[in-house]
Amino acid sequence: MASATITVPQSDMPLSANLRGKVGMWCLIVAESAIFSIFVVAYLYYAGKSISGPTPAQVLDVPYFASICLFSSSLTIWLAEGAVHRGNIKQFGLFWFVTLALGVIFLVETGREWYRLIYHEGLTISTNLFGTTYYSLVGLHAFHVTVGAIGLTTILLFTLFGGVKQEHAERISVFGMYWHFVDAIWVVVLSVVYFITR
Amino acid sequence: MADAQPMVPPLMIPQEREGSRPFVQVMHDWIVTVDHKRLGIMYFSYGILALVVGGIEASIMRAQLAVANNNLVSPEVFNRLFTMHGTTMIFFAAMPIVFGIANYLTPLMIGARDMAFPRLNAWGFWMTALGGILLYFSFVGGFGLYGAGSAPDVGWFAYAPLTSPAFSVGHSTDYWIIGLLISGFGSIATGLNIMTTVLCMRGPGMKLSRMPMLVWLNSVMAFLVLVAIGPLTAAQLMLLIDRYLGGHFFDTQAGGSAVIWMHFFWIFGHPEVYILVLPAFGILSEVIPVFSRKPIFGYNIMVAATIAIGFISLSVWAHHMFTVGMTSYANAFFVASTAAIAVPTGIKIFNWIGTMWGGKITFTTAMLFSVAAVAQMLIAGLTGIMLASAPFDWQLGNSYFVIAHFHYVILGVIVFGVFSAAYYWYPKVTGRMMSETLGKWHFWLFLIGFHVTFDFMHIPGILGMPRRIYTYEASRGWETWNLIVSIGVIFQALAVLIWVFNVIRSSYKGKIAGSDPWDAWTLEWSTTSPPPDYNYAELPVVRSRRPLWDLKHPEDPDWKYE
Repeated sequence: MASATITVPQSDMPLSANLRGKVGMWCLIVAESAIFSIFVVAYLYYAGKSISGPTPAQVLDVPYFASICLFSSSLTIWLAEGAVHRGNIKQFGLFWFVTLALGVIFLVETGREWYRLIYHEGLTISTNLFGTTYYSLVGLHAFHVTVGAIGLTTILLFTLFGGVKQEHAERISVFGMYWHFVDAIWVVVLSVVYFITR
Repeated sequence: MADAQPMVPPLMIPQEREGSRPFVQVMHDWIVTVDHKRLGIMYFSYGILALVVGGIEASIMRAQLAVANNNLVSPEVFNRLFTMHGTTMIFFAAMPIVFGIANYLTPLMIGARDMAFPRLNAWGFWMTALGGILLYFSFVGGFGLYGAGSAPDVGWFAYAPLTSPAFSVGHSTDYWIIGLLISGFGSIATGLNIMTTVLCMRGPGMKLSRMPMLVWLNSVMAFLVLVAIGPLTAAQLMLLIDRYLGGHFFDTQAGGSAVIWMHFFWIFGHPEVYILVLPAFGILSEVIPVFSRKPIFGYNIMVAATIAIGFISLSVWAHHMFTVGMTSYANAFFVASTAAIAVPTGIKIFNWIGTMWGGKITFTTAMLFSVAAVAQMLIAGLTGIMLASAPFDWQLGNSYFVIAHFHYVILGVIVFGVFSAAYYWYPKVTGRMMSETLGKWHFWLFLIGFHVTFDFMHIPGILGMPRRIYTYEASRGWETWNLIVSIGVIFQALAVLIWVFNVIRSSYKGKIAGSDPWDAWTLEWSTTSPPPDYNYAELPVVRSRRPLWDLKHPEDPDWKYE
C-alpha cells in the first residue's frame, strides 16, 4: 500500500516520548495527593472531637526549624538539578548532599518531636482521636520523606562512584519532582496540623 | 479490500515456534515478560479465572436462595460467599479484564511499540495477582485451619464497625484489607502507565482528536484510577491502623465515626463503577461503527460526554448512603449530581443509536453483544435514575432492587462489552477466528440467562427482600421470584462454558483470520495477527480518525473531511 508516500510535518508529532518520566511522575503525584487528601480530611473532620486529652494546643509546638530545613531542601535540589543540567557534577553532588542532609534533619526533628510526645506528653496513636489522626497524617508524610531520602542516598552513592552524568539530568529532574511534591505536602500538613486546628 | 495487506509489512524475524521449546522455557518467558500484549493476555486470563471463581460463588448463593428456608450453606458461609463474590468480581475479575484490554490495545491503537513503562506494567500485573492470591489465601490463613472463621465475611464494602477487632476476630479481614491494598498499588501503576502512554507514546500524526474512542475512554478510566484508588488505599491504611495499632478512626466509642468509612469507601467506590464501565463504553464505540459500516456518530460529543462522566462521577458517591441519614442539603446535592450524570450517559446511548441508524449492520456475535449492552445500559440507567431519587432509595436501598440495578450495569453492560471485545479482538490476539455458531449459542443463552436472572430480581426487591440474607420464610411471596432468578444462573453458566470452550477450541481449530478480518479502521488491524513483538516495524502515519480506511480508500480518504 501507499503508506510510504504519506509524509507528516513534524509538528504533528505528539508529546515526545522523552517527557514520559515527568508525565508519569505527575500521575503518581495525582494519585498520592488523593491518598493525602483523605488523611487531611480525616484530620480536619476529627479535629476537636477527641473525648479525652491531650489536645493539640496542649502538646504541639510548631516545628519551625524542621520546616525551614525541609523547605530549603526544595531550593537546594532545584540548584542541584540546574547543576546537572549544565554538566557540573561536582556542584550537583554538593547540592544533592545538602538536600539529603536537610531531609535527614527534618526526619530527626520529627523523631525528636514524636519521642517528646510519646514519653513526656503521653500521646500515642491509640490515646485519642487526635493521636490517631496526628500520627497517621504526619507519619504518612514522614514515610514519604523517608522514601525520598532513600532515593537521594541512592543517587548520591551513584554520584560518588561517578555514575551520574549530564545525560541523566532529565531523570534526576523526575526525582526532583517527587521531592518538591513531598515538600508541598508539608505546606498542607503544617498548616492543617500546627496552625488551623491547634 | 477486506483482506488488505498489512499497512506496513512487518520485518520477518525468524522466530522459533513456541511448541518446539521446552515448557519451562515458555513459562519462564511469560513470567518475566514486559511485553504489553503478553501482559494484556495475562491480565485478561487472570480476570477470567476470577470471573469463573466469583461466578461459582454467586451460583452457590443462588442455589441457597432458590427455595425458602434452605440450608445448603450456613449463614457464616453465606456471609463469606457474598463478600468474596463482590471483592473478587470488582477487584480481581472486572479490573484485570479492563486493564488487560487497555494494555493490549492502547499501544497498538495509537501506533506505539509498547507502553510507556513496560517494567512498571509487569509490576502492576504481579501486584494485582499477588493481591488476589492473598485474598484467597485467607481461606487457609485467616485462622481457617483452626476453625475460627475463614475468608472475609464483612461484605465487599466492609462497613465499620463490623471490621473492628472486636467484631472481626482472626485475620480474615486483614487478608481482605491487604489484598486490596496491594492490588490497589498495581492498579495505580497501571493507571499511571495508560495515562502516560496515551500522552507521550502516540505515533506520528496521532493527535488526541484522532485517537480511537476506546483509547479516549481508557485514558479517562486511567485518570479515575489515579484519583479514586488513593482514597481506598487511605481508608484501608486507616483500618489497618485501627486494627493493629489501636487507632480510633472508625471507633465510635472513642469519638470516631463509622459513617466516615462509608464516605471514604464510596469516594472510591462510585468512580470505580465508571472505571469499569468506561472501557466497556469504549468497546461498544469501536465495535458498533465497524459492524454498522459507519464512522462513530458525534465523535467530539462522545469525548466530551466521557470527560463529563469522569468529572461528575467524582461527586456522586453519597447516593450509596441515602439510607444512612444525611442532611437534606447533602441528599439534595447527591440527588442532583446523580441525576446529572445520566445526561452524558444518555448522550452516549443516542450516539450509538445514531451510529447504527441507516448503517449496514451485520450481526456478528461481537455486534450482538454490543447492541444488547446498549439496550441494557438504558434499562440499568433508568433504574439508576429511580434509585438516585432519595425518597425512592429510602424505600428500596439495600434491597434486591439495588442488587438487580448494579448487576444490570456490571453484567448487562460491562460483561456484555467484555464478551463483545473478546469476539472482536480474538482474531487479532490469536490469529484465528472464533466459531460464530458457538458464539451465537453463547450470546442467546447468556442473554436469556441474564434477563431471567436480573429482570426478575427487581421484583423481590420491590416486595421488600433485603440483600445479604442467607434465607427467608416461605410466606413472604418471594419464593417464585427467587426460583426464577436462580434458574437464570444455569443458562448463564452454560453460556460461559460454551464461550470458554470456544476460546480454547478456536485457538487451534479456528479459521485463519488474516490481519484485518472485520474490514475495520483502527491501527491495530494494520499489523499482522497476532502482532509481532514490536507491533510496527515502521511507525504508521495517521491523518484521520480512521487511518486504515484512508489506506484502503486512497481515492476517498477521511482526512479530506475532518
